[in-house]
This record gives sequence, C-alpha cells and structure tokens, in this order.
Amino acid sequence: MLAAERLAAPAADGLLRFLTCGSVDDGKSTLIGRLLLDTKSILADALHAIERTSRRRGLEAVDLSLLTDGLQAEREQGITIDVAYRYFSTGTRKYIIADAPGHEQYTRNMVTAASTASLAVILVDARKGVLTQTRRHSYLAHLVGIPHLVVAVNKMDLVGWSEGVFDRIRADYLAFAAKLGIADVRFIPISALEGDMVVARGAHLPWYRGPTLLELLEDASPAQDERPERFRFPVQWVCRPQTLEHHDFRGYMGRVESGEIRVGDAVQVLPSGHTTRVKEIRLHDVSLAQAVSEQSVTLLLEDELDVSRGDLVVRAGEAPEPTRKVDAMLCWLSERPLATRRRYLVRHTTREVRATIAEIGHRVDLGDLAERPAAALAMNDIARVSLRLAHPIAADRYTDGRATGAFIVIDEATNDTVAAGMIL
Amino acid sequence: MQPKGDDTRMAVATQSTRALSHLDWLEAEAIHVLREVAGQCATPALLFSGGKDSICLLRLAEKAFRPGRFPFPLLHIDTGHNYPEVIAFRDRRAAALRERLVVRSVEDSIRAGRVVLKHAGESRNKHQSVTLLDAIAELELDACIGGARRDEEKARAKERVFSFRDEFGGWDPKNQRPELWNLYNARVHKGENVRVFPISNWTELDVWQYIARERLEIPSIYFAHRRAVVRRGGALVPVTELTPPRPGEVVEELSVRFRTVGDITCTAPVESTATTLAEIVAETATTTITERGATRLDDQTSDASMEQRKKEGYF
Ligand SMILES: Nc1nc2c(ncn2[C@@H]2O[C@H](COP(=O)(O)OP(=O)(O)O)[C@@H](O)[C@H]2O)c(=O)[nH]1
Repeated sequence: MLAAERLAAPAADGLLRFLTCGSVDDGKSTLIGRLLLDTKSILADALHAIERTSRRRGLEAVDLSLLTDGLQAEREQGITIDVAYRYFSTGTRKYIIADAPGHEQYTRNMVTAASTASLAVILVDARKGVLTQTRRHSYLAHLVGIPHLVVAVNKMDLVGWSEGVFDRIRADYLAFAAKLGIADVRFIPISALEGDMVVARGAHLPWYRGPTLLELLEDASPAQDERPERFRFPVQWVCRPQTLEHHDFRGYMGRVESGEIRVGDAVQVLPSGHTTRVKEIRLHDVSLAQAVSEQSVTLLLEDELDVSRGDLVVRAGEAPEPTRKVDAMLCWLSERPLATRRRYLVRHTTREVRATIAEIGHRVDLGDLAERPAAALAMNDIARVSLRLAHPIAADRYTDGRATGAFIVIDEATNDTVAAGMIL
Repeated sequence: MQPKGDDTRMAVATQSTRALSHLDWLEAEAIHVLREVAGQCATPALLFSGGKDSICLLRLAEKAFRPGRFPFPLLHIDTGHNYPEVIAFRDRRAAALRERLVVRSVEDSIRAGRVVLKHAGESRNKHQSVTLLDAIAELELDACIGGARRDEEKARAKERVFSFRDEFGGWDPKNQRPELWNLYNARVHKGENVRVFPISNWTELDVWQYIARERLEIPSIYFAHRRAVVRRGGALVPVTELTPPRPGEVVEELSVRFRTVGDITCTAPVESTATTLAEIVAETATTTITERGATRLDDQTSDASMEQRKKEGYF
C-alpha cells in the first residue's frame, strides 16, 4: 500500500491511550515532539512555526518541545499546569497521549492522565538514573491500575550510549518495582533529541535488541485490564419514546464498562436485584448478537422492570454486594482541604450519593512511599479513607474493574470535583 | 466492532477488548458523553451549524437516542454571513430529523445594540459569543454541546470534555474541573453552564473517515467546485459581495473545496479536486497544512487569539 492509502484507511488496530511522565527536563516534551515528527503527524505549517521560534530564540536545532507548548497563561509563567491531550496515528493504530507535567501539581495531573490510560511511559534521564520522582510516578501509575509500564531511559547520547548505564538503571528500577508489586515493565534506551529507538532504531544502540518505543506501543494491548472481566453496564438513560410506532419500547442506554453480554444471557438489575434476560442489543438501527467492553449500546430486556438511570445491569450470579461503607484510596485534588465533618457528593458510575469521609486511615508519603498517620488531607495528598454513604452502591474493588471501582467526590458548595477514589 | 455479525471478529471479541476499531471506539465514547448530558443536565442544547463537526454530532445523537427524540433542541448562532448552501442544508437536516431547530442571529444582536461592529464588513465570527451568551440566558441553557476538537489548536489541547463556564460565559483555564475515568461532572449553579465536546478526541481525519463510513450528507461546498478567488497572504480568499477583491488583486477561477465552513469573511477554501468523500479522506490523510492554518483567516493574527476569544465566552 502507498503511504497515503495506508493513512486514509481507518486504523485497524484500534486505539491506545497512554501517558508520558517524567521530572522536569527529563525530555518529555522532546519525546512527544519526536513521536509526532517521526510518525509524520506534524503538518508543515506547524513545523515552520516552531522552526521560526527556535531561530528567534537563537537555537541551532529545532526545539521539538515547542510543539507541545501550551496556553498563553502558562507560557507567561513558563510552566505547564494541566494535562494536555495529543493525537497521532500510524495508519494501523490511533494514539491518544495524555501529557502530564511533572511539576508541583503532578499528583493531581498524573492521576487524572493515568485514569484513562492503558500504558505509561516513564522517562528517566540516563545521567541521573532512578530518582524519587521516578518512584512517585511509578507508584501512581500502579495505584491507578495501568497494566503496562515502559521505562524510557532518555538522553543516552549524553552517557556515550552506554549499555552499562542502561543495565544499572534497569536493575535499580526492578529492585523497587518488585516491592511495589509492579509486574509488567519494559525498558528502552532512547535519545528523544536524536531520535534513536523512538520511531527509528538509529545507529547508536546496536547492543539493544528489543523493540523501539513505537513498536512497543503498536503491540501493546489497549485493554485496561487483561483478565476476563465481569459484565458491568451502568444505565445512563432510559428510552421510552411512547410513540405509536414504538409504543412498548423500553431501551436501557449505556456503555459496557467491562465484560460482554449476548442476547439471551441472564442478567440482574441492581439495586433492585431483579433478574431477567437480554431480549435485544441495539446500536441505533442495528441489532447486535453481543456487546463488548467500551461499546455504547441499548439493551432491551425480556421482562418489564422498573429500571432507571444509576442502576447497574450485571450478569446473573456476578452481582457485587451493594454497600454503604466503602474503604478507598483517595487522591485529594482540590485546593480546599478535606473537611471530615462535611457532607460531599460521591459519583460512582451513573449514580450520585451523599457521603461523609468518616475516617482517614493513613496518608502515603510520596517522598519515600511510606504510610504515615494523617489528620487532614490537602491537594495532591493520597490517603486510605473510609466513606459512609447515604444509599448503597454496587461497587467492585478497583483492582477488579476500573469503571465500577472508581468514584469522584464533588463539593456541592462549589460543584467542583475535589477528589478521586479507588475502592479497596 | 462493525455490527455485521462477522464471525471471525466476534471470536476475537470474546478474547479481549481489541475488537473496537478506532472509529467505533470514538463513536462509543461520544455516545456515552451525549447520554451523560441527557442524564445530568436539565436544559441542554446542541449547537448545529451545518458544518462537518456538527454533522457528526447529529449522527452521534441519533445513535445515542433513537428511537427516542433528542433530549435537546438544535441551536444555530447565525452570523448572517453564511454560505446559502450551508443554511439550506441546516434547515433540511433539522426537518429530516424532525427535531426542533432554534436560530438566533448576530444580525438581531447588532440591531438590538448588543453588538457594535467596527465597520460594516468586519468579521462577525467573534461577535457570535454575544449572541450565544444571550441565547444561553434566554433559553436558560445549562449545557451547550459543541463540535470542537482538541487537535484543532494548541489552546484546545487541555480543554475538558465538560468545560465549565462562569455566569459571564467566561472560560478560566485555571478553574476547570479535573476529569477522571469517564466520570463527568456537569453540575452547575444557576446562570452557569458547561460546554460539552463529545468529539474532543477526534482529529480532522477521524471526522472525514466517520462521515465517509456513515455516508453522511454534507453541504456541497465541502466538495471541490469552481470558485472565483484571490490569493492573499498565503490563503485563497473567495470573491463574494462581502469579500470583494482589493485593488491590484487578480481574480482567478480555481477548483477548491472548504475544509471548514464558517463565517464567509474569515473562512478560506483550499485548492482541491476531491469530489467524493473517499477523495476528501485521501487528501486529508496527506495534507501538509493544519486545518486552521489553511482555512481560518482570523486565527493567523495571533497564536493565542483562540485562547483570548474563549475567555470572552467563545465556543
Ligand atoms: N542530549 C539530549 N538532550 C535532550 C534529550 N531529550 C531532551 N533533551 C533536552 O533536555 C531539555 C529538556 O527537555 P524537555 O523536552 O523540554 O523536557 P521536559 O521538561 O521533560 O518536557 C531540552 O534542552 C532538550 O533539548 C536527549 O535525548 N538528549
């Protein structure tokens, strides 16, 4: 196929969401720029613009990090304050990069970026090796349940492309990864600046036989969870047109958050607990034999049940126990600290319930990853907490399924999203 | 997964979640977002301009809510400087869908003294904000669904799917809610609203691939046609009553198409011979110029002009 035809055909291998993280100056922006440039995702006018800026600033080479240079507000302050999303496609697969800056607000930004990613690229400066920041990023990626970690040892050009340096960093990293329980981690030596092992192999790293970063991305499974998943379908909207043509139509609309379901399967609706069978699965005017994870569909059920937004449809016999007491790891996102005496709103799937955060178990010190007692929570803190809910929710453990194990906390006074929770 | 009952793909689907193609995934995400708007917001509206992005939104709304009616009206902010083909298309689509279309016009805002133009021919693009904010107040909208995409512009790369706007319609980049998993927070106090972008994660190529896959009708000026233009500052400027040639400029008749259809005074076509959707997709896949770089006459003045406009309430 010609390059043009390849690009014009829809990407056959689906879509992969990943995030990049690293400390300031590890080369994250340069790496993203390199990926975009070498996959020909940067158009000429955008490239000219950064060439002009590079020249104006007196640089010899084009500064690829300018491609991801963000908003005026942060350019003025010289910092990146939020998660940015970038896109590229190789023709076989489309990618969404969540670009989480490694600055002050890194915990909040990284947890946000990681929540939708199935792979994390963790940058390490070859000269500096594994740092406290590297451990933090790895801990957070693991906490948020990212199944695949890739440690990209960058700036190999500055350490003479040394295999010894690379091996030592890998050994250091594996030693602490084992302690955290991180299982799937890959290592790649790269130079984001010169391009070696990012998209092209380059000429400097003959001793490295593994895949390039892009090859690794092309091969990674986009699934957020590798294990067989239980069917979870939160109802978003009930469709009852009540027109002549569709007089008895009752469709339950939502997205399959995990697992899959076929026509005829026995299902249970929570919290009522009623069981019935799937009569039909529709996507607009097409009837499907089955619906799979991440697909948005309409379910029609055999029996007329009272089902509304906030209910959860599961496979019969696989229902989680509804509960009013939840233990969770909580990441505090708001500048206004947690008030244990206040009532908050918890949004879990499509359901909202009032809640108090009754008890703070311990806080995780992100310096040494030790657990410390804590009486309060401020922005960027991570802690183990117990919540009491006004009504039961059908919750899974986060490690058994992100979508039904996650929740956000909303402050009703400001309507702001103040915390992210992962159920234990 | 293509709903075709294709057995080999079904078999794959039982093993992993690999089965969704990138267009199916983007579609599923957008449908989920639209249903969240329906579930969380009391009085939303969907902004429909007749442009390609909002054409995708209408299709996605059909997929999200049929056989029911859309739980929102369509709203068009008409600058009065639109190509007649686009306005005719807009009315035809709304009628075919049998959904309610509300039109509010910048012309009325000018007559009411809410908008004052610097001169009669000034681009009305940025003045849309006033009319939009007035419409939001009048219709008491708590959410406006729009077709903006993050890849359009640097200033949009950090935009949320649910983007919070204060009582003045302003967008404060520092006061946006963190968005985690697919748990969206559309809560607002009275007078505030959210702008919702279901196709945030789509690129221009995704949009054209989707239009081609779904065989969606689009206004004729998206296809190559012959048109009188002048060359100005690297762009092609269509010769119209509103945009006459300047002294010394040579009027040429070229084969062109529009990549984006907006206000006549600030939307430029590109040279093209693409007369089918497949040809547009092929051209889009190999173009070397960004959508805004090629077609927007107003954004070139400043890298940050979009950011500025958003702060003032622009979409
Ligand atoms: N020599 C060398 N320099 C690099 C490499 N990658 C990035 N840099 C430089 O490191 C500095 C910081 O890079 P940048 O991408 O802005 O880092 P960020 O803060 O992580 O986004 C810049 O001067 C880059 O040119 C590399 O592979 N080799």
